[in-house]
Amino acid sequence: MQNDVIMAGFGGQGILLIGKMLAYAGMHEGKEVSWLPSYGPEMRGGTCNCTVVISDKPVGSPVIQSPGAILAMNLPSLEKFEADVRPGGFLLINTSLIKQKSERDDITVIDVPANKIAQDLGNPRGANMVALGAYVGATGAVSLEQVEAVVRETFAAKPSVIDVNLEVLHKGYDLGREHAAPTAEEAAS
Amino acid sequence: MAKKLMKGSEAIGEAAVQAGCHLFFGYPITPQNEIPEYLSSRLPQVGGTFVQAESEVASINMLYGAAGAGERVMTSSSSPGISLMAEGISYCAGAKLPVVIVNIMRAGPGLGGILPAQADYFQATKGLAHGDFRVLVLAPWSIQEAADLVQDAFDLADYYRNPVMVVGDGLIGQMMEPVEFYEDRKPIKELPPKTWASTGWKRDRPKAIINSLFLDPAELEQHNFDLKKKYDLMERDEVRFATYGSVDSADVVIIAYGTVARVCLSAIEALEEDGIKVAMVRPITLWPYPYEAVREVAAKAKDILVVELSTGQMIEDVRLALQRPRPIHFHCRLGGMLVSPEEVIAKVKAIKAGESEAMHYA
Repeated sequence: MQNDVIMAGFGGQGILLIGKMLAYAGMHEGKEVSWLPSYGPEMRGGTCNCTVVISDKPVGSPVIQSPGAILAMNLPSLEKFEADVRPGGFLLINTSLIKQKSERDDITVIDVPANKIAQDLGNPRGANMVALGAYVGATGAVSLEQVEAVVRETFAAKPSVIDVNLEVLHKGYDLGREHAAPTAEEAAS
Repeated sequence: MAKKLMKGSEAIGEAAVQAGCHLFFGYPITPQNEIPEYLSSRLPQVGGTFVQAESEVASINMLYGAAGAGERVMTSSSSPGISLMAEGISYCAGAKLPVVIVNIMRAGPGLGGILPAQADYFQATKGLAHGDFRVLVLAPWSIQEAADLVQDAFDLADYYRNPVMVVGDGLIGQMMEPVEFYEDRKPIKELPPKTWASTGWKRDRPKAIINSLFLDPAELEQHNFDLKKKYDLMERDEVRFATYGSVDSADVVIIAYGTVARVCLSAIEALEEDGIKVAMVRPITLWPYPYEAVREVAAKAKDILVVELSTGQMIEDVRLALQRPRPIHFHCRLGGMLVSPEEVIAKVKAIKAGESEAMHYA
């Protein structure tokens, strides 16, 4: 079983950070992981992205051409990666900043008003955490508990922001769960 | 120690510290700047010294001095920077100095670009600099292996009193993966004390002189023969490789090294599901090259495919390994573009269908 995702947005949106947090959560679950940032010449405020792979066996290619999920936090990212999502995969769109709709009908498109949710909960800088939660909720790539642990670890030096980040993470997670494929248990009941 | 998620560059820096390297001299260049960055804060914690030199030429000559004094020492750079160090590396080889050099390769020639490539294969394995010398070349394919090989590199350098180079592409420098360091790691070689090192003369032993100048041709010839003995031993004892897939009866055998081999392994797994049997030989030492392993697996395979991020530099060694003319298929990406598993799958299928044009060598 392998989950792979490209997370993309503006520099400064905390994309690389949530990618790392996802990789940490995978590693703590005993899975094989890789985190690969885009690097190269970029202007200030330009786009950045990272590819995260979480797998039950050693990660082969850390470069993924057709990932199982794309998280697009801004319009240039949607335009760049929309066509790459593997059929049957997930496309998470930050509808707070992206008004354009996806034209794909062979994937699950999830509207995540990440900035709005974060703003409404009084944590305007937590849009990335909403998005991370939504991705984890939709794909089940790692458990929510493991991501919570990584949030506590990441912000250990600033305990005051832990709860607010957990709050936005949960909100995103619930939104993602609405679109998730039912688990075996749910399907049986 | 528990597994830690580390960037390749940081893992390489930490591996050096774990191997007892307390001195680093270097000059910045993308995509390996996180190695000096990491060591600039890490080395003072262990009583070591980090120097950002005024140039690559200065860096490698600082290595010469430190290694001559018996210290474990490392530098890192990327392709054009390694070219600038070439003369100094030859001096280190001539003076029999153990130094570790990391090259996080970028695309070339000239200043080229900063994205991943394997453009320096010839440079590392055949033509690093003037003079008749060799360096051991280690090529990791993961961050864990990079950390392991850097530690091994210091043991090998000390054992052979020879420069050792670790080559990775930009992915090895930039990617994060879990890494584990082992507290009870033992040297991979039995290492005698460095009685040859220039550590101050107290009239209690012959003078230790670090030198690569031999004006007497008879003396230099003997020196060259002594070096050759070392290189022969490395060729006999230090070849490293790994094999994957259907090595005993492959439709196609892939030869690839570094991160490209991981991409190929993903392709191999997908191809096996389609009933196409593919093997892979992954050289871990680029010099000495695993000629026998390539020959043996290729002998049992119908077709041969080399995949590289260069215009086919490793093909020369594959031809030497085969020992007889055989068509070789080749796939590459250049300029910092990466090979994808999909491309390798398509290439293998094209070979099977007779639609791939092979290179024929007489």
